[in-house]
Amino acid sequence: MKLHEYQAKLFFAREGIPVPKSGLANTPIEARQVAAEIGYPVVLKAQVLSGGRGKAGGVRLVRNDSEIESNANLILNSQIRGIPVQRLLVEKAVDYSGEFYLGIVNDRSLAKPILILSSSGGIEIEEVALTAPERIEKAAINPLLGLQNYTVRALASGLGIDYALWKPLQHIAAALWKLFDRLDATLVEINPLAVTPEGSLMALDGKMTIDDNALYRQKDFLELSDQIVETPTEQEARKFCLNYIQLNGNIGCMVNGAGLAMATMDCIQQAGSEPANFLDIGGGATADKVAAALTIIMKDPKVKAVLINIFGGITRCDEVAKGLAAVIPEMPVGLSIVVRLAGTNAEEGRKILENYPQLLQAETLMSAAKIAVRESMQVPA
Amino acid sequence: MTILLNENAHILVQGITGREGLYHSERMQAYAKNVVAGTSPGHGGEWVLGDKVPVFDTVRDAKESTQADTSVIFVPAYAAADAIMESIEAEIRLIVCISEGIPIKDMLKVRALLEHSESRLIGPNSPGILSPGKVKAGIIPGSIAIPGRVGVVSRSGTLTYEVVQVLKDANIGVSTCVGIGGDPIVGTNFVECLDLFESDPHTDQIILIGEIGGNEEELAAEFILNQVTKPVYAYIAGRTAPENRRMGHAGAIIEGKTGSARSKIEALLRAGVQLFSYPEEIAEIIRI
Repeated sequence: MKLHEYQAKLFFAREGIPVPKSGLANTPIEARQVAAEIGYPVVLKAQVLSGGRGKAGGVRLVRNDSEIESNANLILNSQIRGIPVQRLLVEKAVDYSGEFYLGIVNDRSLAKPILILSSSGGIEIEEVALTAPERIEKAAINPLLGLQNYTVRALASGLGIDYALWKPLQHIAAALWKLFDRLDATLVEINPLAVTPEGSLMALDGKMTIDDNALYRQKDFLELSDQIVETPTEQEARKFCLNYIQLNGNIGCMVNGAGLAMATMDCIQQAGSEPANFLDIGGGATADKVAAALTIIMKDPKVKAVLINIFGGITRCDEVAKGLAAVIPEMPVGLSIVVRLAGTNAEEGRKILENYPQLLQAETLMSAAKIAVRESMQVPA
Repeated sequence: MTILLNENAHILVQGITGREGLYHSERMQAYAKNVVAGTSPGHGGEWVLGDKVPVFDTVRDAKESTQADTSVIFVPAYAAADAIMESIEAEIRLIVCISEGIPIKDMLKVRALLEHSESRLIGPNSPGILSPGKVKAGIIPGSIAIPGRVGVVSRSGTLTYEVVQVLKDANIGVSTCVGIGGDPIVGTNFVECLDLFESDPHTDQIILIGEIGGNEEELAAEFILNQVTKPVYAYIAGRTAPENRRMGHAGAIIEGKTGSARSKIEALLRAGVQLFSYPEEIAEIIRI
């Protein structure tokens, strides 16, 4: 789960990482009120969970009262990579003489968090890695010991950073580690970490991602879930503990297991069409869950055909068949459903479905995908 | 021969009195009579599986009484890292974690602990290990594979079953099938499994089933190029997956340039691996 900049900065401030004065605004009038409190010049920043915010016009410098509402209005009425802007961070503009990057992220191969410091902040770290790798230093953190100060000094020294900045850098890195560790983060990032003319450091932008698997013990974040980018159908699916992601094609699919679900989507593409969704019903799904899954797929107006691919391990195919049978009466006219059952109790499942000639059955995954694609092409647009 | 474990394994099931744990212990016992013990805190002294298998409160007790050397874990995600660490502490040789949804932070600690131990961890979020005709540690259905000389290693569960079933339908047998798990941090990676298959005299060819997310497949490709002499076939799931959406598995997510199917497929092709683009195609391209 990704946090907004303003949320990350609240955590930064709580841990003593310097951040500019700021406030949130949902309307141009609120933006004006916040700016009046903190004083001009201010920066207006769209609070959307997307990169490339600056380039998309989501960040604007405002020098005085006469320009604020029009600028706020422009950003609030814009979309950034398709996401409508609903909220602005109004922040005191800060002078700075240099920009660093400081972040902690999990390295999957090492199975350790790594601390990353760069003397080229302000642009995405991946870009620095490509264009000026000598300006990045990183070090693994032992998760049992936590971040030690010598690690931060080693990185600062490696980059030739002015010694006067080492102390504040150690302090900020220690605070970042504390957040990373305590909040079950998978990423914490300050970019840019600005060097002010007075020689101190200040976080001008922040990113945090929290491990979804740890949300059960990070309950504070559940309240922040307003920003989870979900369609209403995805929300509905979540209620039934179905793993559903809406996509752009017109073949709906229902599969048990994430890997097999991806493979099924790939087969649809191989057969000449595109999947309308990813849907993993998980292991051991009950008839009710299967029925809910099919109902959700059928509600998607893009869907012209449905491909159901079940390889029973824990999941029993007869149970799946019962779930499908329960919602067959609700099948929209003109929709084709192709079912492929294999593994545990496949024979029993197929027998149940033989009573419903409106369902097409297939032996193998690829043949099922081909039938679904063929059927979808026969539906008049 | 098999990799990781053989028919002499003494299997302990952690969480044996739970619904999943009990069901799959029965399946494992029916496949090969290797389950010697179970643990379930508070259930020490009970017996399960037709009153033939003792239940203990702790892994250490179970090991002392039954010489258990392999543990299969079925406990809920919030307690699973704790269960793995208990087995490491008790010096269980091979730990197979089926549980899904363990927080990454817990897994970082587990990995740090593993570095200082002799134990090997498979998973978490793994379907386990199946050596057809010999032994099964986990939830891979025994009926889908026949004994043979093809090694299978995968990040997925049911997708692995699909591929193994295709092999069986083509009368191709499997030496060992290992699911390394669909999480970002796992105990044993592709490279280690490839290494084991490369040195296993009873494996002639290897099938690798990967998916989007991380760079495990790229690392595997590099290893295959330099260290693997046996033919390798690979399938990568998720060619149609969008960026920045986690496709079910915690590990299956394309972030920026990292983790795309294309990058993995290209790396594997460069390493001389033969790619198949849908599960059934393996039967057409594999040469036995």
